[in-house]
Amino acid sequence: MTQPAEVTTIRSTDGPIAQRTGTRTRVEKPPRRIGGIARFVLLAVVALAFISPLIFMIVTSFKTRADATGIPPSWIPNPFSLQAYETILAPGGNTPVLQWFANSMIAAGLNAALVVVTASLAAYPLARMRFRGKNIVFAVVIATLLVPPVILVIPNYLIVSELGWLNSLLAIIVPTAASAFGVFFMRQFFVQLPIELEEAARIDGADRWVTFTRVILPLAKPAMATLALLAFLTNWNDFLWPVYVLFSPDVQTLPAGLSTLQSANAVRYDLLMAGAVIASVPVLLLFIFMQRFIIEGVSRSGVKG
Amino acid sequence: MTSDVGVGALSEERAPHAPASKSVRRSLHGNRKGGIPEQGRATPWLFLAPYLVLFLAFVVLPAVLGVWISLHSWDYTMPVQPFVGLENYISLFRPDSVNFDVFWNSMRATGIFTLFSVPLLLVIPLAVALLMAKKFPGRNFFRAVYFAPYVLGVAVIAVLWRYLLDNNIGLVNYYLGILGLPDDTAWTTSTPAAWVALVGVTVWWTLGFNAVIYLAALQDIPIELYEAARMDGASSWNQFVHVTIPGLRPILSFITIITLIASANMFGQSYLMTQGGPGRETRTAIYQIAETGLRNFQMGDAAAMSYVLTVFLMLVSVVVFWIFREKKEARDDATR
Repeated sequence: MTQPAEVTTIRSTDGPIAQRTGTRTRVEKPPRRIGGIARFVLLAVVALAFISPLIFMIVTSFKTRADATGIPPSWIPNPFSLQAYETILAPGGNTPVLQWFANSMIAAGLNAALVVVTASLAAYPLARMRFRGKNIVFAVVIATLLVPPVILVIPNYLIVSELGWLNSLLAIIVPTAASAFGVFFMRQFFVQLPIELEEAARIDGADRWVTFTRVILPLAKPAMATLALLAFLTNWNDFLWPVYVLFSPDVQTLPAGLSTLQSANAVRYDLLMAGAVIASVPVLLLFIFMQRFIIEGVSRSGVKG
Repeated sequence: MTSDVGVGALSEERAPHAPASKSVRRSLHGNRKGGIPEQGRATPWLFLAPYLVLFLAFVVLPAVLGVWISLHSWDYTMPVQPFVGLENYISLFRPDSVNFDVFWNSMRATGIFTLFSVPLLLVIPLAVALLMAKKFPGRNFFRAVYFAPYVLGVAVIAVLWRYLLDNNIGLVNYYLGILGLPDDTAWTTSTPAAWVALVGVTVWWTLGFNAVIYLAALQDIPIELYEAARMDGASSWNQFVHVTIPGLRPILSFITIITLIASANMFGQSYLMTQGGPGRETRTAIYQIAETGLRNFQMGDAAAMSYVLTVFLMLVSVVVFWIFREKKEARDDATR
């Protein structure tokens, strides 16, 4: 993603106004440095606006009930307390947060696996084989990227109900795996692979399946990892669908559970922030360690879209 | 997949042979893709099958079923679903019907939200991306920080901001007070403050997503264009207008469409931060459709609403594509 040579020159396009004043030759160098510092300060201020709410969320989760609603709000818990976590993680009750955590893990994990397997399989012939109906299949799948998901919500509720999946994690795992994005994403990747590798495998007598599993898939690991991460994040964070198809407290995922937690404890901000932290930790860890995959996955999907 | 009409010249290879011999023969015919032998006729469909099962069951079937539902007085809790033709649609356009106010209020809410959030989500992320276009120490760190809220998902974000925006004990009002500004704004229970809150939080939440897409697109603009522009004495502003903007044109329509669809689908922020209130003022169309169809089980009405919303979205998308259509002058500018 980072191409130093290019980027250096691009910078002048968004240079500060100072750069445009005065004579071109003399002003060229120093304002760049001033511009650089101004840019850095500006970016740092914006970064603070992004990070401080998250820090406050974590801080509040370690406050006592009274401290969480104290005025003025403090940035250091006084006293430091695990009370909020102890309360929401206590077994029993209508807000089994640990159970929600497990549900979210299972749903997002299985959904990501299902997406990667079905999308990779489907994308390969669309990228590399010639057969009748290929263009129609691809066009129909891609067209659904433009279909607003809202028109599927009501009928899918009926379908899921018919399958007996209402109020079950299957409703969260399976239907969303039909997303066209994964197929599109993997196909873009397969198309870019050099065809010579497959030719070599074919000459050695490998059939399509062997070529796919032994040659293509090993090369596709980064793309599959990216798709798995994006699918996991999307499923982990999905909100509307779980809110309406899961009703019992013990089958909910974390986002739906947070909603339950909020309606049960409207102003217990210590509890709500502890719940929010628990819902955030896995995805934040994934993001911190897999940042490159996630961000590049998003930007690639955009550029090629 | 059974008819072979129209490939007479190749009819010989269409005869049912064992896959292996067929592959060989096909490659002799000259494969445009560089000589990889073709596969058995069923092979691509076997690869496609698992996905297509999901796709047919949860995308194609519901898309068709939705139309069917919308033509019925479909109450999920009732044993019989009488056919009513276009009645559900007509009632959405008849001012004396029960659904008229409910639906158009929610459309209005979606409209207000989209109108204010989309322009901000197009401009601010572009500014951020431009600031980060150059490589500098800490660039990846900043990019990650701006992207982080998006990773957290709407439930966490909305619950968090509901707290920060609390009338009495929220951080936002507290700091506004310190700055000498009104410190008692009811961010989640009064309009227009609630709209400011919903739009502001959404911008904060998704800014990084759009910025990352812009950033990648900025780096795809050939450097020679900037060099040529500078050689011609173009100022930074002129370079921005004549090189950067035309270079971003394809991605601009893409970002506009996805931002538009995302904003028109706004649900979680309203559901968790304002509960659709005050009254039903911030209850968006999606929120209303979900409540009508999945809470009150008036699925026929809800399905009709979702198609009307979809038609609106498609009309707006067409307008967006028209606005961003490739203009000849723009291309000339870019290469000048």
